[in-house]
Amino acid sequence: METIATLLGVDPFDLWFFVEVLVGGLMAGVMYSLVALGFVLIFKASSVFNFAQGVMVLFAALNFVGFLDMGIPVWLCFILAMGVMVLLSFVIERVVLRPLVNQPHISLFMATIGIAIFLEGFGEMLWGSSIKPLDVGIPDDVFFLGEAMIQQNDMFAAVVASVLVIALALFFHYTRIGRALRAVADDHQAALSIGIPLNHIWIIVWSVAGFVALVAGIMWGSKLGVQFSLTVLALKALPVLILGGFTSIPGAIVGGLIIGAGEKLSEIYLVDAIQSFYPSFSGAIEEWFAYILALAFLVFRPQGLFGEKIIERV
Amino acid sequence: MIYREAGQFKTSYAADQQMLPIPMDRWFVIAVVVFAAVVVPLIGSQYWLESILIPVLILSIAALGLNILTGYAGQLSLGTGGFMAAGAYMSYKVATNMPDFMPVWVPVLIGGLFAAGIGIVFGLPSLRIKGFYLAVATLAAQFFLIWLFQAVPWFVNDSLSGVPSTPPMAILGYKVTGAEAQPEPKYLFVLAFTIVLAIVARNMARSRIGRSWMAIRDMDIAAELIGIQPLWTKLSAFAISSFYCGVAGALWSFCYINSVEPTAFSINRSFQILFMVIIGGLGSVLGSFLGAAFIFLLPIFLNNVPAWFGLELATDIVTHIEFMVFGGAIIFFLIVEPHGLARLWQIAKEKLRLWPFPH
Amino acid sequence: MNTTAQMASGQDPTTGAQERKDRIGDVLLRVENITLRFGGVKAINGVSFDIRKGEVRSIIGPNGAGKSSMLNCINGFYQPQEGSIWYNGKTYSPMRPHDAATNGIARTFQNIALFKGMSTLDNIMTGRILKQKASLIEQAFYFGRGKSEEIEHREFVEDIIDFLEIQAIRKTPVGRLPYGLQKRVELGRALAAEPTLLLLDEPMAGMNLEEKEDMSRFIIDVNEHFGTTIALIEHDMGVVMDLSDRLVVLDYGSLLADGTPEEVRGNQAVIDAYLGVAHD
Repeated sequence: METIATLLGVDPFDLWFFVEVLVGGLMAGVMYSLVALGFVLIFKASSVFNFAQGVMVLFAALNFVGFLDMGIPVWLCFILAMGVMVLLSFVIERVVLRPLVNQPHISLFMATIGIAIFLEGFGEMLWGSSIKPLDVGIPDDVFFLGEAMIQQNDMFAAVVASVLVIALALFFHYTRIGRALRAVADDHQAALSIGIPLNHIWIIVWSVAGFVALVAGIMWGSKLGVQFSLTVLALKALPVLILGGFTSIPGAIVGGLIIGAGEKLSEIYLVDAIQSFYPSFSGAIEEWFAYILALAFLVFRPQGLFGEKIIERV
Repeated sequence: MIYREAGQFKTSYAADQQMLPIPMDRWFVIAVVVFAAVVVPLIGSQYWLESILIPVLILSIAALGLNILTGYAGQLSLGTGGFMAAGAYMSYKVATNMPDFMPVWVPVLIGGLFAAGIGIVFGLPSLRIKGFYLAVATLAAQFFLIWLFQAVPWFVNDSLSGVPSTPPMAILGYKVTGAEAQPEPKYLFVLAFTIVLAIVARNMARSRIGRSWMAIRDMDIAAELIGIQPLWTKLSAFAISSFYCGVAGALWSFCYINSVEPTAFSINRSFQILFMVIIGGLGSVLGSFLGAAFIFLLPIFLNNVPAWFGLELATDIVTHIEFMVFGGAIIFFLIVEPHGLARLWQIAKEKLRLWPFPH
Repeated sequence: MNTTAQMASGQDPTTGAQERKDRIGDVLLRVENITLRFGGVKAINGVSFDIRKGEVRSIIGPNGAGKSSMLNCINGFYQPQEGSIWYNGKTYSPMRPHDAATNGIARTFQNIALFKGMSTLDNIMTGRILKQKASLIEQAFYFGRGKSEEIEHREFVEDIIDFLEIQAIRKTPVGRLPYGLQKRVELGRALAAEPTLLLLDEPMAGMNLEEKEDMSRFIIDVNEHFGTTIALIEHDMGVVMDLSDRLVVLDYGSLLADGTPEEVRGNQAVIDAYLGVAHD
């Protein structure tokens, strides 16, 4: 069994090769962060752990690509797809969240699994389940940083993610809605008592999460094609959240970067090390590395990197 | 209803603590079991036995397992498929390497015990985390275990395809596993496991261990202060739950799909079993059966209904509708009846008991 | 001031008091220099006192004085940074929840901590868990000790149900019960453990007069008939003065006074800090 590095014909201990793997990993991590960001937004505002965020990415991308195939211009597709996500937020608020208000968090969590399954079926029924290539003109050439080869679309995704995070930060800090959202995140009861309408807040925050999902969906879709397996990739956002903490936007970013880089580096170097002892080891640890890392983290620092510690009372 | 609960008085605590305190209920359940064990194999067609009853029973065992962990002990798990795989692979390893005189149920039980051990390892984080944190931790079990059984060819005796067929094994000369086995003995073999495991689950639920699980589920702090040890209680729930899942996984490989393959135990299987438990009823033995039957039969039903009306639907459309119906059903049950089909059954019984004079 | 509690127990106040003094024995538990901090905040600051066998010992003080935290230290839920707890011949620093439970320390909670999905019967049965020894196999197949224990403990629990007069709600899930009954079920669960020391955290909070009388009667009965030592947190001064043999007064986490109801009532510091405000 040959290692990946030897298959590629490079020396795994070459510095530029290391940089290339690291940057590739970080960029993949940005993609995870984009999904994790949606989770964090909803969790902060409503304490709902939205398992459907990954499927929302797929759903948004499916709509976008579907509109695009009808010959509608890109900008209009974006607006239309965004419109669908807002509509979806209305429906979810009305049909799922409102009837389940004050139920245990775990019930809401399971309900979002229901949403995920439903959307998966619904999206694919509307647009079919074949793999759809998506091209919105994101450059997909490569360029070289020293001797390390770097994908342009990865770089582009990183820039988009940064812009998105900055925009969200500004939104939360400087707009009235943003302040209301932060108030709700702090204390539902108190927010209600000063007249913040909780239902509207939910719709807004789910719509913002829908927007993030749409952006993530376009990024993922341009890279891999819009297909069902995006939801499995999006599940990787869960370990990212464990690392970063459920309530921290910087946490989602840093967690994503750690997971992405860790995954790629370990696939090369850890597998290489194991194979030197146990040659028939087949590698492919990328499937579970993120989860096991998160698991280890849970045992030693359950609140995540940036989360707050909770003191229990009786 | 043909009987009344009024007038059924108990004169001892022993009588009041029976598994089914009302005699009519008891006779009803005994009748169902006798019917399933004697009449069904006589009249059931090969299709019914092999393609419907066997998988529903096996999935019921897995649902019982997850219900012990999630419904009784309150620990959410998305790793059911991984634990089932542990049972399947280990029992395959044992079945293909054990001496001939060993009875068939030995590898199945060893598979279950192996899964229980794995369950304990992946249950350890539950001592520090709960809720959706734990759900993510159990995802680690799912992905890691499926990878492990593919990456280590030892489990499948270095089979080249990696997906070996399960060997035929017999009880009293009747083959009960593998592709050549007749459906009737296969069905009875699975049924025997199902009945015993269901009774055991019911017994545990009404004993100390069941009360410890529920105490941890409802208020873990108070439970600890009255002397219930969270460590032992949670790990026992993980171990016993995984044992059930492991047995189910072994039976799935040996008596249903007749091969050991990782795709049978993917993350989708974990979700399928979770839905069975939610829709059937959290914390209910009956619910595990109802949920398994509902989730397994619904797609078959959806496949056949359009044909009755003369409609032709493409299979992928049916799959999409299936997804939507499942998603909708989960949300519906969480909102309208969080205790699932089991509770609906109970309500129906109460309504019937009052019928035809509801006041 | 007349004594709802003593009236309820049907005793003449003077002879009752004498009988009670005779029952009180040696020191059962001694709290030694306990200091408990949450981050920078001192919830309890170097508090020491003792509890004697058979007595009703009340802990009083304004809200936030550290009363509940004190009980939490005694049964091991909080582990104080300094100090130790001497209990029945052994020193624990700190006490762990499991030590407390196995040594016969049981408690009720300020905010009811019942197992909401379980019936009254099952809730009280959980109090017997430490006394059940059946193996997993015996439980799984309901034979041997698995069966005999269930019936034996069921009989004990039924006695408690009779004592607390909650027969009618035996099989009702406790989540559906009204507040007063839930408090009673919680007391039942604590009693099921046959505790040596029973910690009651505001057992009468939010109750009306009749419910308070019932609860006072149960507390006195438990103390007199089973000889159970009781540590009580309660805000109703009438109840506290009537029921207790001795009181501890806490204020801002420090010990303010320690003594009989008469002594405490006359203590100037206590009057200033607490009683003087509460009474008119």
